[in-house]
Amino acid sequence: MTIPLNDPTAAAAPHPDAVQADPMQADGLRLDGLHKELGGRTIVDDLSLHVAAGELVCLLGPSGCGKTTTLRMIAGFLEPDRGAVVVSGRDVTHLPPERRPSAMVFQNYALWPHMTVAKNVAFPLKLAKRPRSEVNERVDRVLQLVNLLHHKDSRPGRISGGEQQRTALARALVQEPAVLLLDEPLSNLDAKLRVRVREDIREIQQRLGITTVMVTHDQDEAMAMSDRVAVMNDGRIEQVSAPRELYSNPRTEFVASFVGSVNKVPGRLTPSTLSADDGLTSAVRPESVRLDADGGRPARVTRVTPHGHFTEVRVSLDEGVDLVSYVTGAAPEVDDRVGVELGEVWYFREGERVE
Amino acid sequence: MSPRRSVGSMVGKVGVSLFMLALGVFILGPLVWLAARAFATEWVYPHLWPEGFTLRWWKVVVNDPMMNIALQNSVTFAVLTVLISAVVCLPAAYAFSRYQFPGRRVMLVALFAVNAFPKMGLFVAIASLFYALQLMQTILGVLIVHVLGTVVFMTWIPAAAFSSVPRSLEEAARDAGARPLRVFWSVTLPMALPAILVAAIMSFISSWDEAQGTYLVGAPDYMTMPTQMYSLVLNYPKQVSAVFSILLTIPSVGLLLLVRKQIMGGQLAEGFQIK
Repeated sequence: MTIPLNDPTAAAAPHPDAVQADPMQADGLRLDGLHKELGGRTIVDDLSLHVAAGELVCLLGPSGCGKTTTLRMIAGFLEPDRGAVVVSGRDVTHLPPERRPSAMVFQNYALWPHMTVAKNVAFPLKLAKRPRSEVNERVDRVLQLVNLLHHKDSRPGRISGGEQQRTALARALVQEPAVLLLDEPLSNLDAKLRVRVREDIREIQQRLGITTVMVTHDQDEAMAMSDRVAVMNDGRIEQVSAPRELYSNPRTEFVASFVGSVNKVPGRLTPSTLSADDGLTSAVRPESVRLDADGGRPARVTRVTPHGHFTEVRVSLDEGVDLVSYVTGAAPEVDDRVGVELGEVWYFREGERVE
Repeated sequence: MSPRRSVGSMVGKVGVSLFMLALGVFILGPLVWLAARAFATEWVYPHLWPEGFTLRWWKVVVNDPMMNIALQNSVTFAVLTVLISAVVCLPAAYAFSRYQFPGRRVMLVALFAVNAFPKMGLFVAIASLFYALQLMQTILGVLIVHVLGTVVFMTWIPAAAFSSVPRSLEEAARDAGARPLRVFWSVTLPMALPAILVAAIMSFISSWDEAQGTYLVGAPDYMTMPTQMYSLVLNYPKQVSAVFSILLTIPSVGLLLLVRKQIMGGQLAEGFQIK
């Protein structure tokens, strides 16, 4: 695979094939029943995932859910107890990291401080024993791509966090890897930079059509960058879906509450009634809780928290249930009487979606 | 500023100045005295100042064949000591820093034991061992004694340096396609090099200054500058030993000044995002 780094037309628009690759036909990365125990504790539990060629899949989950362990197994720093890692149809499960066709961007960037930016980026090519002229050309091209040509001869310690991050990305991209691995790539950047860098990364990833697995605990990041998001909990994948689908149609209670926020009520809550139902949990997104001056179920406003473009209003239904509602525009005051109308409600039993 | 406070700060300043002066005299005084003595024709009590200055004593030292041999021996032993110590201790340091093995803690602490005991007691024990192994009056015997004195520096300092090279930097090199040995040469070693250099220079100085053990094991066949000092003090005018002391000090001071920059400007933290 070659990266058309110097193709001027490629910069104009995302490559059409890159995003919509069909998981069934193009073979990117396949994880088959990965299982890993560390210190007697199961960290990754029989995990399977297929990332199509050119697709960006995010492993999203709380800390300790096994997402980083999974990434390290893909990179080759950990060997799974069971299962296989298959890249472009080749089983790499038992290969050491240096012989795998994957390249990783580390959370702390892991740049070598005793080498300049250019030397850092050139190192993988030198190891591959590429001719000097080719090394220079490819390093220049990739530094151009991440917009760092002017810092070629700087030491990593002399450039900003964002620039270090791009250097690490360049060092991974220059290897033209079959799979790009990103370990919390934005967590060390400040909030403003984060949004810009995530757009940059996504743009480059789509332009090069490079198969990518990213690990993050930040749902915004996952939703904004991914083709699909795999939500992980307790070493298992709970759901793999496109970001929109994940939000609008969660398959488990964990996904519903981890991605976005949700009102959870024990029992069966319908638009007009609330009845006891053992073991059943009803869930409704705050934006599906609509407040009306007249009509709907009677409730009292107990708290109002402004958030700028929306207001978080907590209401207490007369049946004794507290719900949070997101209100755009004019918000009621505390102790106002309002009517509550419910939109879509999901029902979960033992964590699984039943209706 | 109120007058009272300015008086107080004046007193404070004078106090600090006096203290610094006393400290300076305490540290530099003997050195100045030594330097003056090395060039003095005659300087005896109750004269406060030498009667005249001369280079005679320097000529005596430079022209004495024994001194030259001692100088050569010292340099040879110090260089060999550093090399042997590096070959023996650096792999051990890497192992201590990167691998968990049974007895690791005990061995690390045991390294200190060599320095914890009174040197002379240790050397007497070594001497009886050396007699049995026929290592007395041999180059190897002297080298073993010298290397023993460097083991602690050459293991502990590099081990700490290896440990401070973040794992992810090594992993990044593996990920880029480097085999473990290449990772060591291209990443771990260069990053730990400043500390290793410091350890090597401290080992050099330790070997350069080592007198007791060398005297016991090497004398009279292998005399180094420090052991030569003993006979100098007894057999020559005091000025000659002053000259010799200065010659003995120059390499130590020079080397320490050389590594000062390495100790101060750690590049280790550079470029690595520390959270």
